[in-house]
Formats: sequence, structure tokens, C-alpha cells
Amino acid sequence: MDRARVLQGLRTLYPESRILTRPAELAAYESDALTAFRARPLAVVLPETREEVVATVRWCHRHGIPFVARGSGTSLSGGSLPVPEGIVIALNRLNRILRLDPEERIAVVEPGVVNLDVSRAAAPFGLYYAPDPSSQPVCTIGGNVAFNSGGAHCLKYGMTSNHVLALEVVLADGEVVRFGGESLEGVGPDLVGLFVGSEGLFGIALEVTLRLVPKPEAYRTVLAAYRSLEAAGDAVAQVVASGLLPGAVEIMDRLSIEAAEAAVHAGYPEDAAALLIVELEGEEPEVEAELAELLEVVRASGAYEVRLARDEADRQRIWKGRKGAFSAVGRLSPDYLVQDGVVPRTQLGTALAEIERLSRRYGLRVANVFHAGDGNLHPLILYDGRQPGQLQRAEELAGEILRLCIRLGGSITGEHGVGMEKRQYLAEMFSEPDLEVMRRLRRAMDPGEIANRGKMFPVPQKLEAAAAS
Amino acid sequence: MLHEIPVDRYGAVGRRMAGAVEACVHCGFCLAACPTYRVLGEEMDSPRGRIFLMKEVLEGHLQPQEAAPFVDRCLGCFGCVTACPSGVAYGELLTPYREYASAKVRRPWPDRLLRWLAMETLPHPARLRAALGLARLVRPAAPYLPARLRAMVSLVPDRLSRPRRPASTVAAAGARRARVAVLVGCVQRVLHPEIHEATVRVLARNGVEVVVPDQQGCCGALALHVGEGVRARRLARRNLLAFPEDVDAVITDAAGCGSAMKEYGLLFSGQPEEEQARKLAARVQDVSEFLNGLGIETPPPLPAPTRAVYQDACHLLHAQGVRDAPRRLLGAVGNLEVVEPAEAELCCGSAGTYSLEHPDVAAELGRRKVRGLLDTDPDVVVTGNVGCMVQIRAHLRAAGRPVPVLHTVQVLDLAYRGQGLPRLA
Repeated sequence: MDRARVLQGLRTLYPESRILTRPAELAAYESDALTAFRARPLAVVLPETREEVVATVRWCHRHGIPFVARGSGTSLSGGSLPVPEGIVIALNRLNRILRLDPEERIAVVEPGVVNLDVSRAAAPFGLYYAPDPSSQPVCTIGGNVAFNSGGAHCLKYGMTSNHVLALEVVLADGEVVRFGGESLEGVGPDLVGLFVGSEGLFGIALEVTLRLVPKPEAYRTVLAAYRSLEAAGDAVAQVVASGLLPGAVEIMDRLSIEAAEAAVHAGYPEDAAALLIVELEGEEPEVEAELAELLEVVRASGAYEVRLARDEADRQRIWKGRKGAFSAVGRLSPDYLVQDGVVPRTQLGTALAEIERLSRRYGLRVANVFHAGDGNLHPLILYDGRQPGQLQRAEELAGEILRLCIRLGGSITGEHGVGMEKRQYLAEMFSEPDLEVMRRLRRAMDPGEIANRGKMFPVPQKLEAAAAS
Repeated sequence: MLHEIPVDRYGAVGRRMAGAVEACVHCGFCLAACPTYRVLGEEMDSPRGRIFLMKEVLEGHLQPQEAAPFVDRCLGCFGCVTACPSGVAYGELLTPYREYASAKVRRPWPDRLLRWLAMETLPHPARLRAALGLARLVRPAAPYLPARLRAMVSLVPDRLSRPRRPASTVAAAGARRARVAVLVGCVQRVLHPEIHEATVRVLARNGVEVVVPDQQGCCGALALHVGEGVRARRLARRNLLAFPEDVDAVITDAAGCGSAMKEYGLLFSGQPEEEQARKLAARVQDVSEFLNGLGIETPPPLPAPTRAVYQDACHLLHAQGVRDAPRRLLGAVGNLEVVEPAEAELCCGSAGTYSLEHPDVAAELGRRKVRGLLDTDPDVVVTGNVGCMVQIRAHLRAAGRPVPVLHTVQVLDLAYRGQGLPRLA
């Protein structure tokens, strides 16, 4: 179908003001938070009701037009990159919290609701929504569901998949279905679990029922400075082995400390090679008892300086710096690649030492800031795209790091998803029969492969080369 | 973000514009802080989107005309600058870009006429007074006017005081601790001369000798914010000559003016006056910033317990980074409870001449702002910029609760004089 016919079709579904087609309008949607990939869609539509979303998907299915659902465009794997021969369905205006039930401790929301807005709405009832991706002031629940987003506090509470109770979904063939229910225990296969993390390949979530949890009574946030990254990495396993289950265990290395400190002045120890952030949360007496134990473990692990967040404002600054750290690295380098590998916790020290070695070999700086408690590494590979060959070297280094993660028994993604960026590596982690099962599942829901086409699955090398040229 | 901007083609500001683009990593953390994105929910009306569009234009991949509606719709509130983790100097891109693009974009004649009228009236106190008088005559016909004229008329105050300006020199009360020059600019001098008077009195009371240079004029902010660089420089040049060097600070009590004067260095980038402009810019301080740095004499408590909601002016909070100073000053006033509104960091929609050029977005933001303020059940609203005061007052009136709106220095001034704050009858 040519562009004119597509636009003509969309005009039967939307008023002119909610179909974006001008060059400037489309340009703004070319990339998400991974600007290494760019693609201009035929059009962007702005639905305001779920019926409009359903009608759009049905129309796409009928005419074989690929679509990409998009929220705030904060994907770090190119997950919401448009398809040149398709349309973008921007869900930002479906941003209503439909129901908030403090007794049942649930929130029923539309996909365009911003993550943090759920917690804001729940706050008067002493509740909040636990998964806290660093982009939580902007990222939307729809995207969180698609990519099974994690966050600093998922160590204790689990990922998005542990907090979605039910979904109303329009599958890529236009069928509207409900998965799950309001209760914590369901019957039958875990279809919610199947949909969460499917990277938009099955369809679009229209309504999401989220679990809310009580806000902890007390927090204690400990900063521990180390002389080496490896030592900080090893300390993580020791903290967990001691029997403590902190809300979050994070590590920042020297480069990310420098960047984050410049951004928020959180008072991080700037001369440290690595900083361990451990947050305890729970009831006051419990947290106090745990704190004593934690401080003992941390001191024994070789930390040369330990400090506690002085008050809530100090704690907020510490987290603001940590959560803004990826972006803050933009202060140190014109370009960088964010990686998202996972290794078993006990292998953290080894993995970090190996990454340091790789960084020296490639002559590229690597900043590390990551969810250490989950073994979820985020090496940021710094490069200068204007220097010929640097991007390619950075990509090779990224590949080596992902292979390292697989070799150590981990995974190529912890929370950012495969998206565009890591689709070639999926085949290194899964065998061909595994991939075929995934493809069959996908085609069961989306026979025409129109939903977020081109993402996640490896593209045959020949096609990849053709696309690059 | 990687770019292919031919930096040298854009003169002295080329490097700075490109620098802002390079610092942007397209993470989207700015979206939540952007008033137009919050209202419209479209990527091209977000800071990240606008940076991308300006980059495309500067690279030559997009016509300036195509990008114009979205760049024009930016309030210039700099909320995104506060939110940005990677330190994008958005103003160093936006301001020069607007000047570059203004020559290349054709606007419909009503837009041009409106802008010309605003630029020829607002910076000139005598013309502004005449225009306001005229507008008051038209007010009964307001419902029949086109939206933008209606918006203009709705902002016209009920009463205008007689023209007046503070004396040229006011001695410090007691031992002299500092000597400053005060900007009395243009719009505020006509709409609220009492704010300048309060500023002078509060400064003098705290041991500051105040000079009010005779030859000064509009700081150029209004022109600067809509990309009229030539006009802005013409106005600013007058101030380069008018303000003496032998003062400890140049004080502004309108956040928009303070922010523009702090940008004088950028405005004169590559021009003969650059050095002089930089020097003047370095001496500029908002009155709250200066008083807080100096340390003030504690005023007597207010006669009655009063609740004030403090509304940050964007050009104070985001553009000048002044957050704590006004709060500390208000905190020194006994019997005054200072509360914070929801969405404090979000623009009220005034933004210089923005509320005249984009009445829809401005009105939506105004309503939203006033809702947040009224939710705190305040006796008074306190802020630090005349534009915000006019906008908030108009929307409070429309909401049926015209709570008094005061400038921070007016609160201090009334407290020093042992008077209570005005209250809603």
C-alpha cells in the first residue's frame, strides 16, 4: 500500500489534527533513547481512546501495515524505533488512571500513564508502585510492560512482571483479550507472564492492572567507597550471603560518579574507584538491626569510607544522581553505548575485571553503573562518533561484553530488552529450536508480523548487510 | 547526539549551538518537565524533540519553516534545563536559533502584526500606558474579539497608578554595606511601580545604597525570547552604557529581565561589545539572590497568621537557578507560613509575550497553575516576576478566587513596615 493510501485510510479513523505527517512531526519520532538507530514512519497517530487503538490495529491487520506502539520513547534498545513502511501509534494521550483501590491495593491504568504518576496517585494511601526504572519520571507503563522493566529496587520486589496482575490487550490480529485477574493467584497458564516482556511483538496493552505495595516505614541508605571496582563487586555477594535482603544494591564506578556528581552534587566520594549504594527498607526496628549488620559486612569487605544518607533530601539526591547517571555520562563523551548484560552475582568481580581489561584493549573508556544486587551490569562504552571507526570498535567491544555475560552463565539483557540493538545476539544465547518456538508463539498472535516488526529476532546476515548498505 | 552541523556557517554562536546538541543524549528525562509536552503530549513539542528539529534545520535537512510552529511554541521556561542530567545548555541553542530562523520563516500577517505591536509597545512605558488605556475601553467588547486579542485584553489590570519611578539615588539606612544599581525596565514600571519601590526600600533598609540610572531602558528580554536579536541588542546597548561599573551588583526584581541580562554575553557573542556585556551580565543578581547573600535584618512578625503559597518564576528557578533564596527570605518573616503548590516547577504560561501569541496553551497552563495554587488554600500567592503575577492574577479572577498576588520583596517590605499582607475580602 502506498503512502497516500495509508494516509487516506488513517483519515477514516482520526481527525486531521491527530495524524502527524509533516516532515518536522515525523522527524521528532525518528528515534527513541537509542539514537544510533533512526527511521521515519509513514505517519504517527495520536489515539485518545482504547477504541481508537483497537480500530487502528484492526485496520493495520487488514491492510498488512506494520505498527509500532510508543510511549515516551525512552527505550535504550531501540524498542520503539519506527518502521519506515509502517505507522507509529503514540499512546501518550491514553494516560488516565482508571481506578485506584487502596483496599485491594491495585491500580488500573491506561498504557500511556507515566510510571511515577502511579506512585504519586497511590501516595495518599501509603502505597506505591514498586518497579522503578531510572526513567520513571517519564517512562510509561505500556513500555514497562512491553520490556518487563526493572529498576534499582527490583532486587527485593521483582520486575514489572511481578507487579502486573491483569491486562486487556489488543492482539496484532485485532482480537481484544483479557489476561489474568485482580487476584494474586490465577488459574490456567500465565498469559500475563507471556505478554509482559514480549517487546510489543504480540500487540498493544490497553489497560494494565498493577499491584501496589505499602510504602516502607523507614529507609537507610549507605554509601561505601572502594579502591577498586572488583572489590565493590565482590562486596555485593558478601552482603547477600550474609542473609540481608536490601531494597537495592547499586554500584557506580569512577567515571559515572564523576558524571553524576556534576549533574546533581549528591556528595559522592569523588576519589573512589567504585561506590556501593545499599538501601535497607522496612519497619524501623528491623532496619536498625539490619543496618548494624550491613555496616559490619561492608567494612569487612574493604570499604575505606562509609557514609549514611543524612535525611530524606540527601537520600533523594543520592538516587537522583544514580538514576540520572546514564544521561549524565553525556557530559563526559559525545556518544556512548549503554549495555545491559547480566551475570550471576558471584561472578560480578570477575566480569568487572574482564570489562576493565577489554576497555584497555580497545582503547575506549567504559563507565559502569548498575544494579549489582541483580548482577545486572550496565557498561557504558564511551566513543566519539566523529572519529572514523570508533563506533564500530565500540560495537565490537559491546559484543565482547555480551558474550562474556553469556559465558559466565548470564544473559544479554536484564531489563532494556533486545529491541533493535541486541537482536543479533539473541541467536548466541538461544539455539535455533528455541528461537523457532519463540517465532511460532509470535505468529500465533501476529500472523502477519506487523507488531513491532524487525525487533528482537535475529535478521539473517544477508538482509542485515543489505539494510546497512 | 551526533550531528553534522556546519558550525562555522553560523558565526560566533555556531559552536555553542552545536555544543548543546552534542550534550543531548535524547534520553527523554526532559519530557516530564516540559509544559507544552505535558499539555500536548507530542514529541515535537518536547525539549528533546525541539533540539532534534533545530539540529535538523542547522544541518540543512529540514526547512526552518517546517520546524517553526514547534520551536515557536516553546515557552522558553527552561524547566528542561533543571531536569536535564546531561547538562544541555538549551538556552545557548534556542536563543541564537530563534534569531537565525526568524529571518527565514514567513509568518502570517496577523502574527507579524501582533508581534510588531507587542515589540513596539511593551518596552516603551509611555506607549504601553496609552495602549492599556485603549484596551480598557475595548474590554466590554472582549467576548466578540478574536482569541488572541481577547487574551490580551483579559490581562489588562483594572487600575493603573500614576507614572512614577524611584529617585535616582537612595541612601542606605545606617552603615552602608553595599552599593547597587536597580533595573526599572519597562512593563513593570507601568503595571507595578510599587514593586520597584518595595525593592528600593528593602535594600536601603538593609544598608544598601541604591542608584537607579536615568538612561536605562527595557532589558531586551521580550525581543530576545522571540528571536529579535537586532532589537534586543539595540535595547541592551542602552543598558551597557547606563549601568555604572562601580556598584557591587546590578539588581533586577523581575525574573525575566534578570535572566535576559545574565544572557547579555551570549547576546553580544562575536560583537564588539561582548566583553562589556559579559562584565555587566556577571554583576546581575535577582533581588532575592542578593538579599539572601547579604543577609537581612529579621523583620517584625506579621500582625496576623498568614499562609502564602510560593510560586517559582521559571526565569528565576530554571533560568537563573535561584530556588532557596526567596524561600529563605520569606522564611524569615514571622507569622508567615510558606507552602509549596503541586507542579511547582511547571510554567504558568505567561512567558513574556507567549500568552499573547499562543493563548490556548497559555490558558491551559494558567488554569492548571491556579488549580495547584488554590489547592493549598492560600491567603496570598507570592512569586518573583511581573509576567507571572499578571497571568496568575487573571486566572485567579477567572477561577472566582482573586487571592492577592505579591512579589517576594513586597512581602518583606510590608513586614518591615509593620503592615499585614492584603487579603481577599
